Amino acid sequence: MTEFLPVIAVFVPFLAGVLQFLFGPRVVPWWPVLAVAATVASSLWVVAAVAQGGEISHALGGWDAPLGIEVRVDGLAAIMLLLTAVVGALVSLYAFAIYNRSHDNASHYWALWLLLWGSLNVLFVSGDLFNLYVALELVSLAAIPMVLLAGPGKTVGAALRYLHFALFGSLVYLAGVAITYGLAGSLDLRLVADALADGGLAGALAAACLVTGVLIKAAIVPFHIWLPAAHGNAPAVVSAVLSALVVKACLYLLLRLWTEPLAGITGAYAAQLLGAIGATAILYGSLQACRQERLKLVVAYSTVAQLGYMLLFFPMASALAWEGAVYHGVAHGVAKAALFLAAGNVLAYVGHDRVRELRGLDRPLSVSLFAFALAGVSIMGLPPSGGFMAKWLLLSAALESGQWWWVAVLMVGGLLAAVYIFRVLRFAFLQAPGPAIAEPGPAPGALRTWPAMILALLAIALGFTTAPLLGLLGGLPGGGA
Amino acid sequence: MTGLYQAMPLWVLFVSAVTAVVVFATGEQWQRLRTTLNLSGAVIKLVLVGVMLWGVDQGHTFVVRVPLLAELDLVLHADALSMLFATLSAILWLVTTIYAIGYLEDSPDRARFFGFFSLCVTATMGIAMAGNLFTFFIFYELLTLATWPLVVHRGTDKAMAAGRTYLQYTLIGSAVFLVGIVALYLLDGPSDFVAGGELQHLGDAHPAALTVIFLLLMAGIAVKAAMVPLHGWLPAAMVAPAPVSALLHAVAVVKAGAFGIVRVVYDVYGVALTQELALGVGLAIAASFTIIYGSLRAIWQTDLKRRLAFSTVSQVSYIALGVGLGNPLATVGGLAHLVHQGLMKITLFFCAGNYAETHHIHSIHELDGIGRRMPWTTAMFTFGAFGMIGVPPLAGFVSKWYLGLGAVDAEYYWVIPVLIGSTVLNAIYFLPLLHRAWFRPPPDGATGQHEAIPSLLLPTLFVGFASVGAGLFAAFSWSPLGWVDLIVEREYLP
Repeated sequence: MTEFLPVIAVFVPFLAGVLQFLFGPRVVPWWPVLAVAATVASSLWVVAAVAQGGEISHALGGWDAPLGIEVRVDGLAAIMLLLTAVVGALVSLYAFAIYNRSHDNASHYWALWLLLWGSLNVLFVSGDLFNLYVALELVSLAAIPMVLLAGPGKTVGAALRYLHFALFGSLVYLAGVAITYGLAGSLDLRLVADALADGGLAGALAAACLVTGVLIKAAIVPFHIWLPAAHGNAPAVVSAVLSALVVKACLYLLLRLWTEPLAGITGAYAAQLLGAIGATAILYGSLQACRQERLKLVVAYSTVAQLGYMLLFFPMASALAWEGAVYHGVAHGVAKAALFLAAGNVLAYVGHDRVRELRGLDRPLSVSLFAFALAGVSIMGLPPSGGFMAKWLLLSAALESGQWWWVAVLMVGGLLAAVYIFRVLRFAFLQAPGPAIAEPGPAPGALRTWPAMILALLAIALGFTTAPLLGLLGGLPGGGA
Repeated sequence: MTGLYQAMPLWVLFVSAVTAVVVFATGEQWQRLRTTLNLSGAVIKLVLVGVMLWGVDQGHTFVVRVPLLAELDLVLHADALSMLFATLSAILWLVTTIYAIGYLEDSPDRARFFGFFSLCVTATMGIAMAGNLFTFFIFYELLTLATWPLVVHRGTDKAMAAGRTYLQYTLIGSAVFLVGIVALYLLDGPSDFVAGGELQHLGDAHPAALTVIFLLLMAGIAVKAAMVPLHGWLPAAMVAPAPVSALLHAVAVVKAGAFGIVRVVYDVYGVALTQELALGVGLAIAASFTIIYGSLRAIWQTDLKRRLAFSTVSQVSYIALGVGLGNPLATVGGLAHLVHQGLMKITLFFCAGNYAETHHIHSIHELDGIGRRMPWTTAMFTFGAFGMIGVPPLAGFVSKWYLGLGAVDAEYYWVIPVLIGSTVLNAIYFLPLLHRAWFRPPPDGATGQHEAIPSLLLPTLFVGFASVGAGLFAAFSWSPLGWVDLIVEREYLP
């Protein structure tokens, strides 16, 4: 039974999404409620099974590798399934307040979101390169139309740009898959490593294509230019998922590729290069976030920056760095979803999100603003929070490996994050006279404020749950020290 | 049952954390409920701390340990040093809560204020009871974050600018502090605070690394302890409401820094290692410089609270001085000053708050004749000022006496002129205020006695007399000095 659990966790959201699409608006909201509950339950079931019994792997249809399709859930995949289930559940709660029966696009939203959720789960449970390609495509194809849900006006350009980058990234990745298949005659993650390592130039090319393709989709500097517009203009529920989960899923793939099929071919230079790209992302993204005039763009550029921290794993490649990078992914996912949902509440109440004009908001929007601040604590990497524990691990890894330059990057990145988070809070606390809020909307209800608050509290709670979560994750694949 | 009793440090934190959450949740309109919650939280905490104080005196151990990483635990414990800081904070929290309720009557955003106020006290208690550097850092940062909303509470441009300065200093300082902690953990593995120093076993190994790490740690902590040149945030933060200046900036935040110095020197490095690496004397020199510089700057401040702030800069470094001299007598002086300075400075700030709230007095020029109009407040102000100057037998004198004895004992004779110079400078910036208050005539039109309202005056009287008592009864074993003797005994004779 256990080996079918991952398949269930994939099919439940997929099937629910397709049916939602067929049934249309009349089944909203009860069908999405059921679908979300079932998806969360099936995902958590997989996670619980992995936590108890270790890795699950299953060859679909009974065909073993290299012929069949392998479904595999290890500690890393379980962590990602858990993150997706928790963030997905809370974002869905928030979405019930918006995409209910009275909303024209409700059916589209729920169908796309369930398909996206299913695609993410496919990505996490896949054990071969081609399946991962298909999953990556599905994720993009479900995510991009969701950007358009904000209304066609300003989002068409953003969505198109996102589409172009996603397609380009897919092509590059697919080229890497093709070369790998030519070299290895297999696409199973664990079987191609030797062939790639022995493949000489072709192997290196394949590796470069795979990595570059994923970097484009993950919006890593300099391929980030599609992200701020897409994440900044999409509806808050969509931005939260895109920033917390979708780009994170691409980086999950990069970690997966690096530690398994590419383990034999990646050299120190490539690793330092990826680290340098990560450092650039951290510094550039943070500086841009400090300069943005719109709240959601601040949060979007913060994503550009925060993704960079996960790339710092590659140059250090130690057990500490592995734990730090993955924990950072989890902490950022939870905190960023909270930030976007809170920003969505500000936008809905004020009618705009120009940072300078958000004055005296702590009275009408105290819960949302508190959520923003708490999530900000994790983003800044200050204790007690998940972001702090990740930073502690990454700092330890950097000092342990003697690569002190990453210490400087981590410190400066944290301080710049403090600048852009406190800049927002500063305006929100300011009582000085300024342009008043013209026509405040209705104060957001509990269904919109509390998901953000719960996510923010989870980001803080992650500061105390390192032991069980890192136990679930397990050590660095390949047992590197 | 013993488990629950052993976990007392956790319950103490719980009380103020829960108070904070409930106060946030009750919202602005439930004033009476909020007051009840605040006061009962403070009283319950005081009782718990009292029980723990008794327990530590009896030699009971209080430890709570939560594993976070393979070798990293969150540790809360209570030793004699913890209780010195925890008791001071618990008593002053109750007093300041009463004062703050009176001070902020009818002003907006009180739920937010008292919520963060309780959160600050949670952080202070956590700092007092942290059992290792990692845990210390967590609460140290929590204190930074929870204080910011109080500094910017008024929401004016000036408050925002002060808040920004505060964050610049503290966040950069803590980034440096964090690197120091991580480096120390990689060098020696994580270990708890140990009386006599956890690094003692390293002996002569790694002198360079240990020196660099010490400097990183001190740079981080010295920001909160407001040691020159890292003191710039403190005078700016005086824009906050008086109870914040009183409790947080005179006691909690700067004391967190001073307390951190004590912990690092005594329980991480150990006195012997600190002296061997010549780090102690470096600390003593930095502290002496701060003592003189802060006093000199105080002379030229015309804003009352700013003058007091520079006085704090100067006085807090007595603690670092006592620690740096690395001698039992000097340690007694330094640690006793942790409490003495707290009591005296909170008295002075309460008085400044009374002047501001009752007669809108902010500048020292407006103090003329205030002694006739507010005799009780001014009497307490006088006690505080005399204590700071070090007039015998007040508390400040007791601290300085032990510091001087310790300096002579350790043969650091240059400390004596520093102490004398500081006393003279203290007199120069305090006596003119007292002269104005008692001997100048009030400005025209202002006659008759007009004291502060009882909820401001009573806490002021309490801390004023407590500061006098700490000096008068210093010879008793239950005085702050008596407790400090116990700590020093345990530190130097492990």
